[in-house]
Amino acid sequence: MLGLNNKDTKLLIVVAVLTLLAPFILNPFPAGSAMAQFNAGYPDLMQRFVIFGIFAIGFNILFGLTGYLSFGHAAFLGIGSYAAVWIFKLFTYNVVPAIALAVIMAGLFSVIIGYVSLRRSGIYFSILTLAFAQMSFALAYSVLSNPKFNLTNGETGLQVYADDLQMFHREGLPDLPHLFGLSMRSTYNLDIGAWSFSFNAGYYLCAVVLMLVFYLSIRIFRSPFGLMLRAIKSNQTRMSYTGLNPRPHTLAAFVISGMYAGLAGGLMAAMDPLAGAERMQWTASGEVVLMTILGGTGTLIGPVLGAGFIKYFENIFSKINDSILHEWFAFLPDGLENFMVFIVHPFVGKGWHLTLGILFMLVVIFLPGGLVEGGQRIGKWIKNRGKAKDSGATTEPAE
Amino acid sequence: MSKSNFTRRGVLKTGAVAGAGLALPTIFTAQSGHAFTNDPTGGTVTLGFNVPQTGAYADEGADELRAYKLAVEHLNGEGDGGMLNTFTSKELQGNGILGKKVEYVTGDTQTKSDAARASAKSMIEKDGAVMITGGSSSGVAIAVQGLCQEAGVIFMAGLTHSNDTTGKDRKANGFRHFFNGYMSGAALAPVLKNIYGDDRKAYHLTADYTWGWTQQESIAAATEALGWETVNNVLTPLASTDFSSYIAPVLNSGADVLVLNHYGGNMVNSLTNAVQFGLREKVVNGKDFEIVVPLYSRLMAKGAGANVKGIHGSTNWHWSLQDEGSKAFVKSFGTKYGFPPSQAAHTCYVQTLLYADAVTRAGSFAPCAVVEALEGFEFDGLGNGKTLYRAEDHQCFKDVLVVRGKENPTSEFDLLEVVEVTPAAQVTYAPDHAMFGGADASLGECNNGA
Amino acid sequence: MDGLILQILNGLDKGSAYALIALGLTLIFGTLGVVNFAHGALFMIGAFCAVTISKILNISYEVIDPNQTDFLGNPLKVKTPYVESWFGPEMGASIIDWSVPLAILLTIPVMMLIGLIMERGLIKHFYNREHADQILVTFGLAIVLQEIIKYYFGANPIQTPPPEALQGVANVGAAIGMDLPYPIWRIVYFCFSLGIIGAVFAFLQFTTFGMVVRAGMADRETVGLLGINIDRRFTIMFAIAAAVAGLAGVMYAPINPPNYHMGMDFLVLSFVVVVVGGMGSLPGAVLAGFMLGILESFASTTWATTTLPGINQIIIYLVAIIVLLTRPRGLMGRKGVMEE
Repeated sequence: MLGLNNKDTKLLIVVAVLTLLAPFILNPFPAGSAMAQFNAGYPDLMQRFVIFGIFAIGFNILFGLTGYLSFGHAAFLGIGSYAAVWIFKLFTYNVVPAIALAVIMAGLFSVIIGYVSLRRSGIYFSILTLAFAQMSFALAYSVLSNPKFNLTNGETGLQVYADDLQMFHREGLPDLPHLFGLSMRSTYNLDIGAWSFSFNAGYYLCAVVLMLVFYLSIRIFRSPFGLMLRAIKSNQTRMSYTGLNPRPHTLAAFVISGMYAGLAGGLMAAMDPLAGAERMQWTASGEVVLMTILGGTGTLIGPVLGAGFIKYFENIFSKINDSILHEWFAFLPDGLENFMVFIVHPFVGKGWHLTLGILFMLVVIFLPGGLVEGGQRIGKWIKNRGKAKDSGATTEPAE
Repeated sequence: MSKSNFTRRGVLKTGAVAGAGLALPTIFTAQSGHAFTNDPTGGTVTLGFNVPQTGAYADEGADELRAYKLAVEHLNGEGDGGMLNTFTSKELQGNGILGKKVEYVTGDTQTKSDAARASAKSMIEKDGAVMITGGSSSGVAIAVQGLCQEAGVIFMAGLTHSNDTTGKDRKANGFRHFFNGYMSGAALAPVLKNIYGDDRKAYHLTADYTWGWTQQESIAAATEALGWETVNNVLTPLASTDFSSYIAPVLNSGADVLVLNHYGGNMVNSLTNAVQFGLREKVVNGKDFEIVVPLYSRLMAKGAGANVKGIHGSTNWHWSLQDEGSKAFVKSFGTKYGFPPSQAAHTCYVQTLLYADAVTRAGSFAPCAVVEALEGFEFDGLGNGKTLYRAEDHQCFKDVLVVRGKENPTSEFDLLEVVEVTPAAQVTYAPDHAMFGGADASLGECNNGA
Repeated sequence: MDGLILQILNGLDKGSAYALIALGLTLIFGTLGVVNFAHGALFMIGAFCAVTISKILNISYEVIDPNQTDFLGNPLKVKTPYVESWFGPEMGASIIDWSVPLAILLTIPVMMLIGLIMERGLIKHFYNREHADQILVTFGLAIVLQEIIKYYFGANPIQTPPPEALQGVANVGAAIGMDLPYPIWRIVYFCFSLGIIGAVFAFLQFTTFGMVVRAGMADRETVGLLGINIDRRFTIMFAIAAAVAGLAGVMYAPINPPNYHMGMDFLVLSFVVVVVGGMGSLPGAVLAGFMLGILESFASTTWATTTLPGINQIIIYLVAIIVLLTRPRGLMGRKGVMEE
């Protein structure tokens, strides 16, 4: 279907079903129950899952295929966001032109930065991209937000003010980003018994975009171009000896992944019309690297899983406080309850960084292929149960 | 959240709905009969405490959270009642808010606009918070305030000192109890003039972002009006950890006062470096060299250690104040946690009480009713003396403290001493003041959401 | 002119910290081939050794003084450190005063131990893994280490002043007839770093152990084939690199009060330093450290920032880009290292 082989079609269908049914899947616990804390099916987080999924898929096209580790991809995300908010400020709240410009701007910047950075390889390439991104961050945070020439609005973040131009904004259109009149924030709530599920317009826009770019990424992975990129990773020298020039291919991959980042940035601004400079900081670039490796570098679905994993921790674990812990362990005798709270306390709430750090280490140590490998191992284990114990061999990451 | 498009959604989502015959079609936040976002229907009401729990301001955030928990206890009638007993408005009975028990959710702003908005959104979308409060920096406060305006919930700002929060970025749904850069300047300048004379040459080091600029602008204007000269203003990157290369040029600049427009880790390091370079022992133009830190906090003073001794600055509130409200608050907080509260804790505690009181007086949780109840509200008994929540910009006007690092602290908390309590009248400015967005600045319409 | 020399001093001082961290990073990379993202955290732990020692020395007993009151109006509990009651108030006070230099004695064994545990327990298993995996696992470790420190010491910076005798300023220009006041502790720090750098180079250059290590860095396999247990020596080098980072940290504590994320603040910069110096080159790391320190100081002068606004924010990265584009492997890098 759609020019894909059987396996890929299945994968695409799985992704489509997962994203479309996410409001159900992510809200498995009845609202109001003690476990509702772990529900992730509210619009903002679902949007984040998908947007960072797109970001990571794009990053994986560069890193997973060519092996070039960029430490500055967050810059393109930031540029995309700023471009989108400027469209909101100057022209219209309609998200289509905003997202289009976000992709174009990120593409332009990635051509320039990629052209320069790709003159080097290995860690030298990583440091060049890091340097560009850090420069963008520093300039956006301060110099480019001075009152005379306020391009980024610095610390506060670029936002839309009531007195902004908004040339094509008409009466009757939402005062928030919208898709031809459909506000990105409009949400339909479905209550079934004790459960509550929200269907958000913005989320479904992101989900459709995710499916499109996921399909695109499968096509890239399977194309001769993708094969060429893999050749760059395995042996660049040999590739040049066969008379092929690797650099245009790498640059193309860099620009494509930069545009994915810009798309993610544009979508972020479309969901929430504010663009902050922190989006470009090196820690944000590091985050997408972590997502990709955590999920499984070079696999199709891995980056999306990694993105979901990290965002889930950031948003769910950081909100668990002591009084919630006491609620959980309330069934225990007092002394034991306090003891359990004492034990769990350092790992949740303000300690969510600690848990995340420990999980990174565990995943990297025991699952070198990331979460995808974990899934495959479990799958294999189930298949081989009862059969002869001869599997033992390493698993190749699926692609 | 504020705009919903029912029919269109209905059309688009028919497929999804069709499968769910049991479904009660309701629009998020606009359940039938509810006129505003997250109307608390059960026996409880949820407040969202959004404070930095990771990053450089985590300790300040932890102190804010302690204050919030204390406020919730007092509102629910537990503990000793704290400032409820001294507050001039007697509406709060210790039975929750409007008879509903107060519950809360917490989140981590990470002192980043994006993360703070994500956290606030999850409180609004998932936990049904009807009011968001907290924060420890102006960038975050402005970002979250904007979000609350769009979403139709009330935002009670925590620690935010930039003029912009109630200046050019003021919002109808947002309220600030904390003081601002202009007030720091207006309170500090006369005291500095009295102590150091009126012919000083000041050298400014300013953190290179919005808060730093408004702070520097305010303090320079206030001191220049009293005869001081501003020799130089150097912008320092926020990411700086070592300020030696910014301090060294001060030595030969001819300036005799160094003003450090820094906060948090920046301030701790720049002050430490300035003292290291022997600035305090220097004599320039026949006068002793002086250092001024316009915005002080006890947690920062603790980080800077002995370096703060004798250095002047301003602060919103200090635990050594002897009015009844402050004493009651210090007593409840100190008894519960074992140490005195910081100014951030005080502001957060007071903001929660003020919100609860406004809801009670309005008789409704609807944001617009709360806004109306808070606008122009005058009260006393919450520390800082008589206070006005001004209607035009939602800024509190109250006494500002000028403090000095104590020479002989008796304990690890006893780091600052109050030099002067500047009366509110002296720090009041026009709502359309040029530093606050001028005539263009507007609150906009209050938003009930949904 | 005075200003210029002061900025050079500042640059050398900043450069000292960069150079020490970069030196350790390069040692680890050159020997084990591992990219250690937890190196900044080791620097931070070193600084917290100073904090810990000063906390330990300040452990106090409390006596209730009925004449004074605390903030709640209760009688004040006056704290007296045990050290002062054991050694007498004066002797005790001066022991506390010298807590940072005392901490150096603790730092060396503690950091070497941490280094050994890290290498044997974790890094060992990552010799043959991809650099990306090494980065991720050490980055995870860095987060865990800094969160542990935060849990015990809080997020606020903690002031750890130098001994009274080493506070204040000294006129370093006296010999050449100029007035150049400069903080004594910063001079101490610079001399200390030079000493450490010198010691590391001397160790590698003039001892048999160092010779073997250098041989191993050049060709690990051959050295191994000669029947030398190179792995054990490399493990010890890891411990030494950790100790260098720790010493850089402990001495840095009085310059700027340590906080739990200071390691991350230095991490990115020191990677830039290492790469500008050239991966795997020890002299390159030291040279680049001092060079970037000095350039950073110059860029923050008023003259520079008025000519090019914001230059102080980006100078390090700008220099990194220029160096890498003109010299493909940094200042002194070798071909083929980390380029695949």
